[in-house]
Amino acid sequence: MPRPGFVLEVDRATPPVLMWHGEGFRLERLPAERSRVVYAPEPLAPLPDPDAAIRRALLEPLGDCPPLPQLLHAGMRLTIAFDDLSLPLPPMRRPDNRQRVIEAVLDLAAEAGVDDVVLIAALGLHRRMTDAELRHALGDRIFDAFAPHGKLLQHDAEDPDGLVHLGKTEKGEDVEVNRRVAESDLLVYVNINLVAMDGGHKSTATGLMSYRSVRHHHNVRSLQHSRSLMDRPRSELHSSSWRIGRLLAKHVKVFQVETTLNNDAFPPQMAFLQKREWEWSVRDRATFLAASNGAALLSPAARRAVFQSVLAPHAMTSVQAGEVEAVHEATIANIHRQQLVDVEGQSDIVIFGLPYIGPYNVNSIMNPLLVHCLGLGYFFNMYLGKPLVRPGGVVILSHPTPWAFHPVHHPSYIDFFEEVLPTTTDPVEIEKTFEERYATDEWYRHLYRTSYAFHGVHAMYMWYWGAHALEYTGGTIIVGGNRRAVRRMGFKPATTLADALEMAEDVVGRGPTITYFRAPPLMLAHVH
Amino acid sequence: MKALRIERSVPRFAMARVASGWKGGAGARLGPLRLVDTAPPALPGPGWQYVFPRLAGICGSDLATVDGRSSRWFEPIVSFPFVPGHEVVADTEAGQRVVIEPVLGCEARGVQPLCPACAAGRKRHCVNLTGGHITPGLQTGYCQQTGGGWSVALAAHASQLHPVPAGLPDEAAVLVEPAACGAHAALAPMPAPSGREELTAVVIGAGTLGLCTIAALARYRDEVANVLAVAKHPHQRQLARALGATAVAEPADLRRAVRRATGSWILDNGQLSGGAPLVLDCVGTAASLASALAVTAPGGTVVLAGMPAPSSVDLTPLWQREVHLVGAYTYGPEPLAGGRHSFDLAFELAEAVHLERLLSATYPLDRAAEAIEHAAMAGRRGAVKVAFDLRGEKRRTVPLQPAHPAHPAHAVEGPAS
Repeated sequence: MPRPGFVLEVDRATPPVLMWHGEGFRLERLPAERSRVVYAPEPLAPLPDPDAAIRRALLEPLGDCPPLPQLLHAGMRLTIAFDDLSLPLPPMRRPDNRQRVIEAVLDLAAEAGVDDVVLIAALGLHRRMTDAELRHALGDRIFDAFAPHGKLLQHDAEDPDGLVHLGKTEKGEDVEVNRRVAESDLLVYVNINLVAMDGGHKSTATGLMSYRSVRHHHNVRSLQHSRSLMDRPRSELHSSSWRIGRLLAKHVKVFQVETTLNNDAFPPQMAFLQKREWEWSVRDRATFLAASNGAALLSPAARRAVFQSVLAPHAMTSVQAGEVEAVHEATIANIHRQQLVDVEGQSDIVIFGLPYIGPYNVNSIMNPLLVHCLGLGYFFNMYLGKPLVRPGGVVILSHPTPWAFHPVHHPSYIDFFEEVLPTTTDPVEIEKTFEERYATDEWYRHLYRTSYAFHGVHAMYMWYWGAHALEYTGGTIIVGGNRRAVRRMGFKPATTLADALEMAEDVVGRGPTITYFRAPPLMLAHVH
Repeated sequence: MKALRIERSVPRFAMARVASGWKGGAGARLGPLRLVDTAPPALPGPGWQYVFPRLAGICGSDLATVDGRSSRWFEPIVSFPFVPGHEVVADTEAGQRVVIEPVLGCEARGVQPLCPACAAGRKRHCVNLTGGHITPGLQTGYCQQTGGGWSVALAAHASQLHPVPAGLPDEAAVLVEPAACGAHAALAPMPAPSGREELTAVVIGAGTLGLCTIAALARYRDEVANVLAVAKHPHQRQLARALGATAVAEPADLRRAVRRATGSWILDNGQLSGGAPLVLDCVGTAASLASALAVTAPGGTVVLAGMPAPSSVDLTPLWQREVHLVGAYTYGPEPLAGGRHSFDLAFELAEAVHLERLLSATYPLDRAAEAIEHAAMAGRRGAVKVAFDLRGEKRRTVPLQPAHPAHPAHAVEGPAS
């Protein structure tokens, strides 16, 4: 029976705690009597037979939806869309959930005589996946059957011929969707729900729409009114996505398949990452030392390559299929089952140790904007109820924050960092002054469509993602980061955690209370 | 009188060149520059008078000379030994404050008739730089017989003197000469733009010349909507914005900044698909010229305003894109400003944008080595213009002497035009 997550009150006997620091780690001793550490629940037991569970989900759908075989018939146009490279994190060992589910769907389609089947990677405004990345997510059999025949596509949110405007929601939001999806008799959407933000109508409303649609929910106002991004009923981003998704569902039959994963994020040779420090064995201590010291000896590129090659032993904990909203409700329950940790009250300071990977730098570089997004966007939002830190409190991030960008994947990020941030760090001002130009820049558009670049506007979104935290907190300090890069973002650099805590006292006062959110493994703090 | 003098000494020039490779401005201690006590120059002829510098700036071309890095192109058009200093605000004997326009054309040289260029007011194109009744020298500050601003007194021809308006401080007046160069560069002719409504100009370098060029572009070229300044140092970027740059970039970010401003694409090897129609190189190195060529739009213009040295540059973009490469040397009547003289524009600029803010430090002649090292490291030390302050120097009574043609071989009459 896996142990639930819990909150450790730090006392003088508490050993130093492990903190992620990009492609490395720190062991930090927290001030006694006023610090606490939030630990993630242990990994849930996986489904004993995931393939059987998938088949059952397809045959016994949730909500107002017939079993999948009843929706399949010869002569129909079937489109299967799936989550892109940004999920899961780290990428999981083969077989990936997407492969398992799509193989099952294709088996049923074949039994029904469906031969017009197209697969679409639901990129949204993310970069295109390489063949190797597609092959990893879908498996050789699917890739080899579809890719050579042009039946494995990647959504292009800038293809003027490949999009259809279906209308506007009651709030005036444009619904402009992938043409193949709009003209299909059935859309099967296959997801991996890593965190509570994922899935539901957001899958289609983000992954298969154009910038014209996405901008209605990916904007500063929505992000500032999403409290949190992981709490759909209190998230404006989701409210907008739901309206868009519902309108899409009126035009196209959507059969949603959602899967959840357990917290088993790192392979056995990195087992110390999954354990609480006082339970480390001699072997765990040795591997920690070897990993830390070995990583320090490598060049940044080599270190990145080593860490990016890590495949998670994630295992499926649930699969549900059918009508989108009913499916998603069950999915969220399963996410909570794995990730929820009860936390009493807020603290003056919250600390996040940021790992080497986030949704937008798989096989890429965690540049400063992504550090911002991961820290103030994702980690800060990993709550239900209220943030772990009080209003006006301080966020301390630990990450090297290198002034480094992947020129192919993140071209607009480079310009954003060089042009926009020296002018202003205010998300509202940035949106007003720069978004349109970045979103419509022909070069970015060209690179997004033909190379492996994130959409031009995506750099903006990385900044907007932290809009709630920027508005709510009294400041951000980054420990061990490139000082120039940290300052460029309007944050304060600190050499050590002790320095950062001292600096934070200038904002929150003497003897502050501290919460260290020890993730990954991922968890969701329910703050009472 | 006290003067800093450059002497023709091959070993000293060689030492200066070697030393400056290690540290800019080191030539001031080891090179051909000497602080001397010497007689004022004899007045070369009618129309000449003594002027007494108040402030005299240290220019990039002066630094190149002191550090032994000037092009050998200048050898026949300078005469040794000479007192450097061509950015000068001075007093006349009558007590009038003047700025010197240093170019030594036909009129100053007593050449009659004036060559066509001088007759048209374009003294910079004078063909008699080695003629007339004074020794060779393209400007005051490079001519043995006139002296230069880095001294207590020098000889200046009436045609070289521009009265300083009463309200303009010396600290701004000493920047009028470089501002005139900046205005001339900013007003360089270029082919009609190819229809792009918002013309973007790029200024590479934000030392004195670059900053003055930015100010002149912003003030005198209405068709230029965006001025992108490329500046290495934070204070330069701040000043560039204050003087009218609409955007600033660090040198490493140049291509991306131009791309952003012009909507070009960056191709695989880093070159731009388009670029800016007007690029002004106010540095003059091989690297800056290469950068300029890399970001100039097809059919665009590169204005070489900074004094260059022998350089090796790939001219393929110039050829393939039919880029116009034009030099911008000194000043004259500006057709794009209705024929007004660059000096008039510079006085206007000096007053309007408070050019005195560019004068960062002054030194007495006795501390020449420090002054030159400061000027050579100006960017890194947070400075822009460094000058000699001669207002505290003791003036000696200057004996008025008749003109002595030092080089009888040089005919007073210029070549027939």
